[in-house]
Amino acid sequence: MTTEAGSETEVKEKPEESPAEPDQSEKPLEETQEVANAKDEEAIEKVKEKDGKEGKGISRFLPTWLKKQKSQSQTSPTKEVPPTEEEDSKVTQEKQEPAPEVNGHAEEEEETEEVKTEQVKEQEAESHSNASADTEPAKEERAEESTEKSPEDSKEATEGEKAEKEDKQVEAERQAEEGQTSIFQSPLRLVRKNKMKLVVCHVTLLDGTEFTCEVEKRAKGQYLFFKVCEHLNLLEKDYFGLSYTDSHEQKCWLDPTKEIKRQIRSNNWQFGFSVKFYPPDPSLLTEDITRYLLCLQLREDVASGRLPCSFVTHALLSSYTLQAEFGDHEPDQARPLDFISQLNIAPSQNKEMEEKILELHKSHKGMTPAQADTQFLENAKKLSMYGVDLHHAKDSEGVDIMLGVCANGLLVYKDRLRVNRFAWPKILKISYKRNNFYIKIRPGETEQFESTVGFKLQNHRSAKRLWKVCVENHSFFRLSAPEPPTKARFLTLGSKFRYSGRTQSQTRMASSLIDRPAPNFERTSSKRISRSLDGAPMISITDASNENGREPHMELHSDSKQQQQPLGASEPGLSQDHDKTQEEVLKHQASISQLKRSFMEAPPPSPPKVNQWENRLTSSPATMRIQQQQVGSVPPTETTTADNTIPDTKEPEKTTEVEIEETIVIQEVSRASKPGPVLVAAVLPAEPPAEGESRECRVRSEEKVAVVEEAQPKRQESISSESESDEEAEYHPNVTVSFCHTQIPEEKEEDEEEEQEKIEKDMRKEEDSSVPDSSEQTKAEEQPREAEPKAERKTSEGVCQADDSVSDPMMTPDKALNGHALPDEAVVTPAEKEEEPKVNGEASVVEAQLCPQVICCSEPPVVKTEMVTISDTFAAQKTEIATKEVPIVHTETKTITYEAAELDGNSDKEPGVLMTAQTITSESLCTTTTTHITKTLKGGLSETRIEKRIVITGDCDIDHDQALAQAIKEAKEQHPDMSVTRVVVHKETELAEEEED
Amino acid sequence: MANVCPYGRFTHAVVRGIPETFGTTLGDGCKNAEASVDLAKAKRQFGCLTGALRQKVGLQLVEIPPDPELPDSWRMEDVAVIQGDTALITRPFRQQRRSEAEAVRRVMSELHLTVVEMGDVEGDTGGATLEGSDVLFTGREFFVGISSHTNRRGAEVLADTFRDFAVSTVPVCGGARLKNICSMGGPDTIIISNSDGAKKTLRMMEQLTDHHYEVLTVPEESAANCVYIKGPAKHDFLLHRPVEECPDSVSAFQKLQDYTLLPTACSEASKLGAVLSSHCLLIDRKHTHF
Repeated sequence: MTTEAGSETEVKEKPEESPAEPDQSEKPLEETQEVANAKDEEAIEKVKEKDGKEGKGISRFLPTWLKKQKSQSQTSPTKEVPPTEEEDSKVTQEKQEPAPEVNGHAEEEEETEEVKTEQVKEQEAESHSNASADTEPAKEERAEESTEKSPEDSKEATEGEKAEKEDKQVEAERQAEEGQTSIFQSPLRLVRKNKMKLVVCHVTLLDGTEFTCEVEKRAKGQYLFFKVCEHLNLLEKDYFGLSYTDSHEQKCWLDPTKEIKRQIRSNNWQFGFSVKFYPPDPSLLTEDITRYLLCLQLREDVASGRLPCSFVTHALLSSYTLQAEFGDHEPDQARPLDFISQLNIAPSQNKEMEEKILELHKSHKGMTPAQADTQFLENAKKLSMYGVDLHHAKDSEGVDIMLGVCANGLLVYKDRLRVNRFAWPKILKISYKRNNFYIKIRPGETEQFESTVGFKLQNHRSAKRLWKVCVENHSFFRLSAPEPPTKARFLTLGSKFRYSGRTQSQTRMASSLIDRPAPNFERTSSKRISRSLDGAPMISITDASNENGREPHMELHSDSKQQQQPLGASEPGLSQDHDKTQEEVLKHQASISQLKRSFMEAPPPSPPKVNQWENRLTSSPATMRIQQQQVGSVPPTETTTADNTIPDTKEPEKTTEVEIEETIVIQEVSRASKPGPVLVAAVLPAEPPAEGESRECRVRSEEKVAVVEEAQPKRQESISSESESDEEAEYHPNVTVSFCHTQIPEEKEEDEEEEQEKIEKDMRKEEDSSVPDSSEQTKAEEQPREAEPKAERKTSEGVCQADDSVSDPMMTPDKALNGHALPDEAVVTPAEKEEEPKVNGEASVVEAQLCPQVICCSEPPVVKTEMVTISDTFAAQKTEIATKEVPIVHTETKTITYEAAELDGNSDKEPGVLMTAQTITSESLCTTTTTHITKTLKGGLSETRIEKRIVITGDCDIDHDQALAQAIKEAKEQHPDMSVTRVVVHKETELAEEEED
Repeated sequence: MANVCPYGRFTHAVVRGIPETFGTTLGDGCKNAEASVDLAKAKRQFGCLTGALRQKVGLQLVEIPPDPELPDSWRMEDVAVIQGDTALITRPFRQQRRSEAEAVRRVMSELHLTVVEMGDVEGDTGGATLEGSDVLFTGREFFVGISSHTNRRGAEVLADTFRDFAVSTVPVCGGARLKNICSMGGPDTIIISNSDGAKKTLRMMEQLTDHHYEVLTVPEESAANCVYIKGPAKHDFLLHRPVEECPDSVSAFQKLQDYTLLPTACSEASKLGAVLSSHCLLIDRKHTHF
């Protein structure tokens, strides 16, 4: 997490130095704080930076175990901590050999201090909670001051992940201890970050040319997409998308809202730019350039056979292509024939075809390229397979069929025959479960009951891909706006995925406002011929646009945001006439971008987030279970056994009941050492892979507040991805709400995998009673974790950082949490899966599902995820929760749930209404709050249940306790007449890899 | 493409005379068993039909001489499916009828249509059978009735031949043929009988289509088959069964605005399970690009 976050932050904050200074200023303050936290800091430093001196201020943020380590390490003065030899060496290397690093290590050396400061900043960023953040920086500063070596806290560690990629040396160090990686490394990292790790993306455009651009490694799909659109000078971009080929040779759409890296899952940064939504009526497109691109796509579709058409039609289309590319047929000029073959117009080109094409071409005399394109589209759009995205499937009887997704709905083909069709309005729900894809059909006139039709896809990925395509197509073509928040509720389970872009109606609206002279663009083939007809089209274009009712003079404030790259320069292919109109174009683009933004930002953007959350909730088994538990949950005040050590074995107990009142279920609890009776904290050894921290705190009750803190903004993405990974997902195309979701998300494959992955690092967990701080872990990795929320959080963060650094290569998906919970299991469904025996010998693998209520694993060395469920009548108790110190080295995700006994499980099941969704983003922190309100009538009483989910994402360590407290406080303030019945804290660390899309 | 235009534009009609052996060989399930057919009357009715097509509607009529060896050869509709410039020579269910195609093939070539043989289209069309009377072309898409004479494989071949269009299969209930229970009554109008089987088929069609069709329901099944042609003068013509043959349904046709209704008797052919449209292949050669 931290690392990732750091990278983002870095990217955002290119000026490292400047930020650093402020950090320093902050540091002093922090230092003061540090005094108190000195131990922690020390520990942290030790852990993270073995070399690093003790950063007292940092300690706060750092997990207790980290602190301990530091304290030990404190003695170790400057630079690398002796403990980790590797690190030291690395550090030294880094320091000494900054140059070697590709990313400009040289700078690092000089800037080591700066780096430190930067690191500090990063740390701050990491600490999502403001206060905590401050402290961290201080630590760093101190360390730096004391010695340059002073550690970069967890951030560094996190950074280490990045660094790993970049620097092998760093990696080694990281392995030793990510956190420990000295500042030096961090500088490098920082530099890198600052410089942003760039990756070269190769995008194959529709004309067959390749567009190459550099993007940050952490860039989201959107960024690359916009880059490409800029290159193409395309404004009506919503019909298009970027695709990549996944490891299974399947073409997948790049989700613009997620990091590219997390989607492609490989180092193959190859993409294809293509039409994603085929406009049913291309004549309604505003600009000719858009139509031109659509033509290019369709030519390809026809030539490849993807869009079947008759011989005649093929010839006709080709003739329009000829006209558009080469202009009028000239009798004396036989060249077109040659070009026909060049154009690869048809798969089965033959003499007969060419002759017909030529013959038809003659009849198009006088047509401008734009007109020819228009005619091409007018004919192409009538083809029955126009815009139909086919997916292989089997029907209920196992017969091979094709499912075609299009603007109108879902088509079922058997061979070439259409055997069924489900128009969007007839579909009540779309869902998938494993490799099954279901649609629920609205009852017909003569039918009384809605029916569900199921199809079998090749595998779960295919099912998910189909489902996503359906969701997107429905949203794009049928909705006026991407699912409004209120509607978002429909998704109860599984993937939170939703269409995030503009709908067709929105994009039409936006494009009607396009006010720019028709852009010149070069037709690729004609370019070869050097016979360009571009001039003509422009005129026609403008006319067309006018026809469409665009308002020529609408001016919007240009947003600086849009980074317009020099169109001409950047784009090899399109370099032609940009000169004149460039400014205008830019302007227009800006205005458009603004429009888009307004569109996106207002309703559209928020919904997706909401959805994500919902999905999460629904999707994550754990949450599901929890909800269920709440309903029937017993209010056992009994705290679950305080420390249940669920060692190695995952416990699949499916106790339906959950718990209670004050039980904390920790999914992965290595040690359950909670002194506090109420809270049972199980600490599982964190898995090495876990990186960043993300926490989700959900407070459910009448008011449910879910706070998710993600260490890094990126986290969010990761989270989303995670949710998506769910094997199941539902989507209700129609507003109608049917909340009978009996479906329970299944465990994710990923989770399992993650679980399996464990770090061998030794984690010593001290018993609850055991002194958190005092316990020293001989190994930096070992870190005591405190059961207490705060402590845990801190520790976890620290741990996570360490983990990240260490286990960068190994990425444990945050999803693990979700996966843990089994549907059956009742309330407490900690995500714990397995804990592998670690060095400590105690591997506590606890499956939340199994463990009904409180699962305490006391000795697990490595904890990947923790899920703590506390059902309290009082929110106040929540604070009590974290008292244990558990050494957690690698923590990916942690979920803490506080619930009141009274809760009904039903509430969860019912989506309710999304009231608000807001995102507050600062450099280091990103907070997203989603509120769901569910009203249920029971007897004569109406119960209002509000569920708030708060996601906090940041690079720096976050003061989770504070954040949680704040969230609860706010919730109470907002709803004074309500009581908090449940709080779930889910913390996730960044993982390098995300789940499947 | 050019192929896609409102239904009903035709320039040519291909028919084949009534042979002396009319009714002797079982064409369909319900033939001889019933009352014997009146050959002379059948010829008269055929004459009226061709006369209406040529003189009233204004089509160019191509008449293939009857062949006594082929008693069912007058059922032209079954032998080929024509859309645009492409003629798919079908593979009738009954082996004896497959030789009927030869003459039709010749005519198609003379009209410069692209002739596609069902055998050509895909490797193994072994079991594929298709008869034109099970194919309803609406101008936008094909509906193929899966009946006793037409199977799915045959429909697949048709789909492969006319790739521009959606080809949907619908069940035909009651042993009838698709065109026996429905036909086109205009560019966007489907005439369909009121029987339960027809309703079921219609529901399926409505389910499968992306378009919206007006539906004209007639109480008698015999009235459901009409021949709609938008003549060269852009006028709407509808050949339908006369009052004597379907007394209750004629009033329904009156609803069609600005149509020229051409009552055309078909009682003898109908005894053999045929309908008005069975007699002719309608072709539009005006819009060809070739």
